[in-house]
Amino acid sequence: MRTAALQQRHWRRLGLVAALLFACVLPLLLTDFRVFQLTMALIYAIALIGLNMLTGYNGQISLGHGAFYAVGAYTAAILMDRYGVPYWATLPVAGVLCFGVGFLFGMPALRLEGLYLALATFALAVAAPQILKYKHLEQWTGGVQGIVIFKPDPPAGLPVSQDQWLYYFTLAVLVGMFVIAWNLLRGRTGRAIVAIRDHPIAASTMGINVALYKTLTFGVSALYTGIAGALGAIVVQFVAPDSFTIFLSISLLVGIVVGGLASLSGAVFGGLFIQFVPNVADSISKAAPWAIYGIFLIGFMYLMPSGVAGALGGGWAWLRRRYGR
Amino acid sequence: MMLTRRTSLALGAVLGLALGANPALAQKKYGPGASDTEIKIGNTNPYSGPASSYGTIGKTQAAYFEMLNKEKGGINGRKVNFITLDDGYSPPKTVEQVRRLVEQDQVLAVFATLGTPTNTAFHKYINGKKVPHLFLATGATKWNDPKNHPWTIGWQPNYQTEAAIYASYIMRNHPNAKVGVLYQNDDYGKDYLHGFLAGFGDKVKQYVVAQVSYEVTDATVDSQIISLKGSGADTFFNITIPKFAAQAVRKAYDIDWKPTQFLNNVSNSIGSVLQPAGLEKSKGIISSRYYIDPTEPEIQNHPDFKEWLAFMKKYYPDGALNEPFNVYAYLSAKTLEHVLRQCGDDLTRENLIKQAASIKNLKLPMMVEGILLNTGPNDFAPIEQMQLIRFDGEKWVPFGDILG
Repeated sequence: MRTAALQQRHWRRLGLVAALLFACVLPLLLTDFRVFQLTMALIYAIALIGLNMLTGYNGQISLGHGAFYAVGAYTAAILMDRYGVPYWATLPVAGVLCFGVGFLFGMPALRLEGLYLALATFALAVAAPQILKYKHLEQWTGGVQGIVIFKPDPPAGLPVSQDQWLYYFTLAVLVGMFVIAWNLLRGRTGRAIVAIRDHPIAASTMGINVALYKTLTFGVSALYTGIAGALGAIVVQFVAPDSFTIFLSISLLVGIVVGGLASLSGAVFGGLFIQFVPNVADSISKAAPWAIYGIFLIGFMYLMPSGVAGALGGGWAWLRRRYGR
Repeated sequence: MMLTRRTSLALGAVLGLALGANPALAQKKYGPGASDTEIKIGNTNPYSGPASSYGTIGKTQAAYFEMLNKEKGGINGRKVNFITLDDGYSPPKTVEQVRRLVEQDQVLAVFATLGTPTNTAFHKYINGKKVPHLFLATGATKWNDPKNHPWTIGWQPNYQTEAAIYASYIMRNHPNAKVGVLYQNDDYGKDYLHGFLAGFGDKVKQYVVAQVSYEVTDATVDSQIISLKGSGADTFFNITIPKFAAQAVRKAYDIDWKPTQFLNNVSNSIGSVLQPAGLEKSKGIISSRYYIDPTEPEIQNHPDFKEWLAFMKKYYPDGALNEPFNVYAYLSAKTLEHVLRQCGDDLTRENLIKQAASIKNLKLPMMVEGILLNTGPNDFAPIEQMQLIRFDGEKWVPFGDILG
């Protein structure tokens, strides 16, 4: 029994190492444009890890994470454009700022459950582009014109292109953020977060400070999304209010459901979905790309009701049952 | 000595002949995306998302190049491969799609990409890559900047040009006017306002007595109109998008404010602005145009209009025949056709941008009579002329000379 568990962990570790190696080699084989697309998918994956903590693990639905993504993106853009801060240094600032905004927003939002919270966060997402155009903020945000920023060069001496460098940089951030989320969720804190989702009353009788955990989860979730937003701004080299419409928030929610709720590795699949499926849909039909997108979405939900990660896990278990001892 | 001189003279003559004859013997030269059989052109349009009503522009252009390939065998024997992608009016998506066009599809040029924020997002990138970025579908003034962005050329008259035309008209015809301005508080409104104020030169304080703004999110502009009336203005410049333009015209009439009204070209559609405002209330409004609305009675029997109509019916049957955007797209596609033809067999990116910057007095069908397209090394704004029009209660009536 014990050896079987050990063996499984062994396999899983091997799988992770293989996936990471694959991710490292990939940009060397692809064009810069494809590398750029993959970088965007990784960035979405970081945001999805954050949203998944909140929605998948803690059971709070947010339709407003696009707003935190925007705050992160603007933080990076303003720091780089106005104050000449190096790109890598903007990430922690964006993260801390978004944690603060998320924590503050989480406090009143705490009183709202399920769909009511979804609506409150929806309001945040709808308001974000308009707040960014607000004239008294214009001297920093650039108003509707947005901010154009320079693309960072790889450190001197590294034989990689700008796009490849940004890919590796993003990959490193993703792996780091993944490990932090992994550690956070598998311990005491993670159990408390999940217990609140499963049964808030039982959780509080067990001595969990439900209010505190919920707000903190909201803050940490916003922190992840903010860092993703900052990376997004650096990679795209441009921010404008029109980049962060309500559609971004909805895409993120779609991403975690397609990737797999309460599954960290699902975030990567969700990121790939957000990045590539609209392109595939557009190449199938110019007249109704979103109808095709809808068909994809329904197809995914029918075939993999627990997301891509869930389906892969299920497939692996089935294989073991079939061919295992 | 004699001999050497003679030899050098002869040599010079031969060289001169060779140089002079060179164009005739010119080798075909191709940049990325061009070959003996094909010219690849890239484009982005919002086929989905909040601005998807503009998508008809991309569809008309695609239909136009299809027509060109089928009926005329393309341009100089090469088929135009027009690759148009959806960006949903989202700047990060536009960056991605344009990078795909440039790096993956290897297009010769990017043409008529739509929207101000979306074009801004890849302005720096495309100039860095030295890919021609031609005839953008946006009226912002910043596209005419050959010094800093030598690969980007706009197309339509920019907002500042148009506003300056109204300013000079006012100075000439209403030297004692007191002008009130209503503008939308964003880059579009400010671009117009800036051009208008600059148009008065140092007399701006003497003419402009009030400037009020609104947000695109406001419900109405009623209070702004009331305050403009209160300022004592007898001339009104209305810088608004269609919904607010209709409100402003109606409100001014209803509170019995009867200024001379100037309405920006963005909102001079009879169907979507003047009818909702009330045709009687709109009488006397002055605006401007550079191409002719397909619904205008005067053009219905014109051969140019019939050609457009036949094209639309055959190649874009879903397209609305009362939609001015479909004329707009037809004309910008014709401009690209002209420039590609002018390139001859030298289809390099360098030559394409050079030819795009040397359009001389190009006349297009359905353009207002007398308006010609011109560009030069220091002038990256092809259309800079407009014609003033006045609403007579039923239709727009052109008056005065071509201005600009």
